Amino acid sequence: MSTLNSKIPQGPLSEKWTRYKAEQKLVNPANKRKLDVIVVGTGLAGASAAASLGALGFNVKIFCISDSPRRAHSIAAQGGVNAAKNYQNDGDSVGRLFYDTIKGGDYRAREANVHRLAEVANSIIDQCVAQGVPFARDYGGLLDNRSFGGAQVSRTFYAKGQTGQQLLLGAYSALSKEIKAGTVKMYERREMVELVMKDDRARGIITRNLSTGELERHSAHAVVIATGGYGNVYFLSTNAMNCNGSAAVQCYRKGAFFANPCYVQIHPTCIPVHGDKQSKLTLMSESLRNDGRIWVPKNIDDSVAIREGRMKPTDIKEEDRDYYLERRYPAFGNLVPRDIASRAAKERCDAGYGVGTGQAVYLDFKTAIERLGAEKVEARYGNLFQMYEKIVDENPYETPMMIYPAVHYTMGGLWVDYELQTTIPGLFAAGEANFSDHGANRLGASALMQGLADGYFVLPYTVQNYLSDQIHTPRLSVDSPEFMEAEKSVKERMEKILSIKGTKTVDTLQRDLGHIMWEKVGMGRQREGLLEAIPLLAKLKNEFWSNVRVTGDLCSMNPELEKALRLADHIELAELMARDGLQREESCGGHFRLEHQTEEGEAKRDDENFMFVGAWEYKGEMAEPALHKEVLNYEFIHVQQRNYK
Amino acid sequence: MNLTLKIWRQDNAKSKGRFQTYKVTEISPETSFLEMLDILNEGLVDKVEHPVCFDNDCREGICGMCGLYINGRPHGCDDGVTTCQLHMRKFKDGDVITIEPWRARPFPIIRDLVVDRSAFDKIIQEGGYVSVTTGGVPDGNAIPIPKKQADQAMDSASCIGCGACVASCKNASAMLFVGAKVSQLALLPQGKPEAALRVQAMVAKMDALGFGNCTNTYACEAECPKEIKRSNIARMNREFLCAKTCSEE
Repeated sequence: MSTLNSKIPQGPLSEKWTRYKAEQKLVNPANKRKLDVIVVGTGLAGASAAASLGALGFNVKIFCISDSPRRAHSIAAQGGVNAAKNYQNDGDSVGRLFYDTIKGGDYRAREANVHRLAEVANSIIDQCVAQGVPFARDYGGLLDNRSFGGAQVSRTFYAKGQTGQQLLLGAYSALSKEIKAGTVKMYERREMVELVMKDDRARGIITRNLSTGELERHSAHAVVIATGGYGNVYFLSTNAMNCNGSAAVQCYRKGAFFANPCYVQIHPTCIPVHGDKQSKLTLMSESLRNDGRIWVPKNIDDSVAIREGRMKPTDIKEEDRDYYLERRYPAFGNLVPRDIASRAAKERCDAGYGVGTGQAVYLDFKTAIERLGAEKVEARYGNLFQMYEKIVDENPYETPMMIYPAVHYTMGGLWVDYELQTTIPGLFAAGEANFSDHGANRLGASALMQGLADGYFVLPYTVQNYLSDQIHTPRLSVDSPEFMEAEKSVKERMEKILSIKGTKTVDTLQRDLGHIMWEKVGMGRQREGLLEAIPLLAKLKNEFWSNVRVTGDLCSMNPELEKALRLADHIELAELMARDGLQREESCGGHFRLEHQTEEGEAKRDDENFMFVGAWEYKGEMAEPALHKEVLNYEFIHVQQRNYK
Repeated sequence: MNLTLKIWRQDNAKSKGRFQTYKVTEISPETSFLEMLDILNEGLVDKVEHPVCFDNDCREGICGMCGLYINGRPHGCDDGVTTCQLHMRKFKDGDVITIEPWRARPFPIIRDLVVDRSAFDKIIQEGGYVSVTTGGVPDGNAIPIPKKQADQAMDSASCIGCGACVASCKNASAMLFVGAKVSQLALLPQGKPEAALRVQAMVAKMDALGFGNCTNTYACEAECPKEIKRSNIARMNREFLCAKTCSEE
């Protein structure tokens, strides 16, 4: 019944990618120069794809929402990047990385894609080292590793607590080299506002120059969307202020299917919310769970005393502390996957054991400092401790950190096949913007791995394969009716927003959206709440289109208009998330339905009925979207209940 | 707390700018500096006035997008932080706070507090990379790098490209920024083959874009939110001198 063709190559799992590469079609160097590729987004996936495609000889244009590619939010990833190098001799292998990623994703990812990811991961490390990425090294001068959640081996490569920064700067340097060589042209402070299609293929984009307000038309033979995730639908998240799902929604409206929108990762270790004027949440790297121990008081009276300021965490005796992760999951302890750690924190806080505002638990380094000494702890986590102190004004060397889960990453995204191509020919999606590799939950240090795998090692092959039969397609003129029409429609949309002149600011409506989503489509979802969310979102949409107030004009820098355009798209996406959460009558990974849990409160999957990717097709503004199912066939892995005990 | 803000407003690169005074009230000490500006802006939108434009993104001190000159100091009065990490607990009720954009000729103003820092990208494009393309590289452990050297390279690589070093320098010198990149790659074996070419190209571009020479006052080091050391400038100077005198390139 599925209309979706995932185009997975035949053959044994470990030979699929090799076989694909051997059989893919190539473009000769003289023709490469005649083929244009647009890359939207300059994070790990976008920058690495543009640099690699440019180096191959294609004519690449890359679009950056900020003033420089180096600002992309990949930069904020702290902990590390996974690879199965087995440098530690602890039994790691490609097969094990593959298995851990599938299991961590709660058996909701496509086997072939994940295996390819595990295969190319080792090359990422080599590539980055060659670029001059200063990974942490041991005293012998070789690369160092640490452990992350969901794995029993040490396979995470890192650069202090700034791994994302260093990998992004590596990709940015590769991009800079290509810009200098003239194979890539950079457009900074540009936001994609529309996808341009001709003959049902992606053939260009309309961008808004954020400095001048001008609308610009760019044509190409293929378009790569690498614009990240949509966590900011929740208003408060660990995403940067400019992160948004708008480009993906534009593609969805043009016919690209949107897969698994309800799979949202709530990260367990973030700095708790302090007030209603807060603009974003700050993540504390998962690597802290290597040495930090998570606890709340055993006695509820102690929690109350702490909340009322009558007691300090250091007053609580060892035997009165409940290290609830170690208690519930002795095998993995504090290193259980993120979804499990998040739900466990919420469970304790909902039961009344929370500290701080009541929505916080402790992450304690006392044992680690006693064991390793403060100096070693500082060497490992110094910058994170400093960051915490600057925000919270407390010294984590002396008193435990307070943490609480927050929206962090979206596993859902544009549906793509094995080639990372969406349901629109010529439109590709990479990195967090696609749904491909993480199933229902992403393991720590796997986002950097996937972004770079897609950009360096997958797209250069698959985009080329697509372009091989486009060499006779002439460049689509930007004065063609397709471009004129696309620009006209987007201009009308902006004029409409500016003409409303209502009473509600964009920020107010954004907060309202975040509130609905956190309450009804948040960490623990149930049918009732999801059903309530849909009309609430429809109401909010109506409120936006009749009562939003956006100052300024079209033709100058106007951040209010930028935010309004993104919010309009986020409201549509929010509705899709609620619908997807509703249809998925099971719990898996980041999607936890309260109705579907085991007696011990763990996620209860329904493999018989829900072992599929839910891909949504846009049916028009007034119609309900249609659900398509890509059934997941586990040929090589034995599916079982996730067990971290 | 209640505060008076004197903020630089300027419509575009060509128009004349001016300070404008605003009041904000009931600001909690837990609020970050940029959240305080969000509150101001939401109030301005309420009054149908144009909000103050300022660059910002990650709001956790790593992207380097934000950068305001606050009471005469880049990134404000707290040490080792970016503007987004500055919290209002560092101010007192009744304070008057002056907020300006980075002021340096190579960073023209786009609007209000937003400046164009693309000059930094242009310097990097001249050689702030190792010329490898994707694939065909040796194993990550093929060349051992002494830990101390790798750590030093990491310290240099921590630069976030915010431009505070340029803004704090009376000569608008970019030598800390350029020195950090030159040092990172000069310290690592991967960067060695092109080291002489790199330093010459980057320095030439830096000069051509209008950044001044080092004043040796080290305001850049004092104001750098990532505490990048001035020894990076010394290392760049040494690399430059060696390239000019000893190198065959």
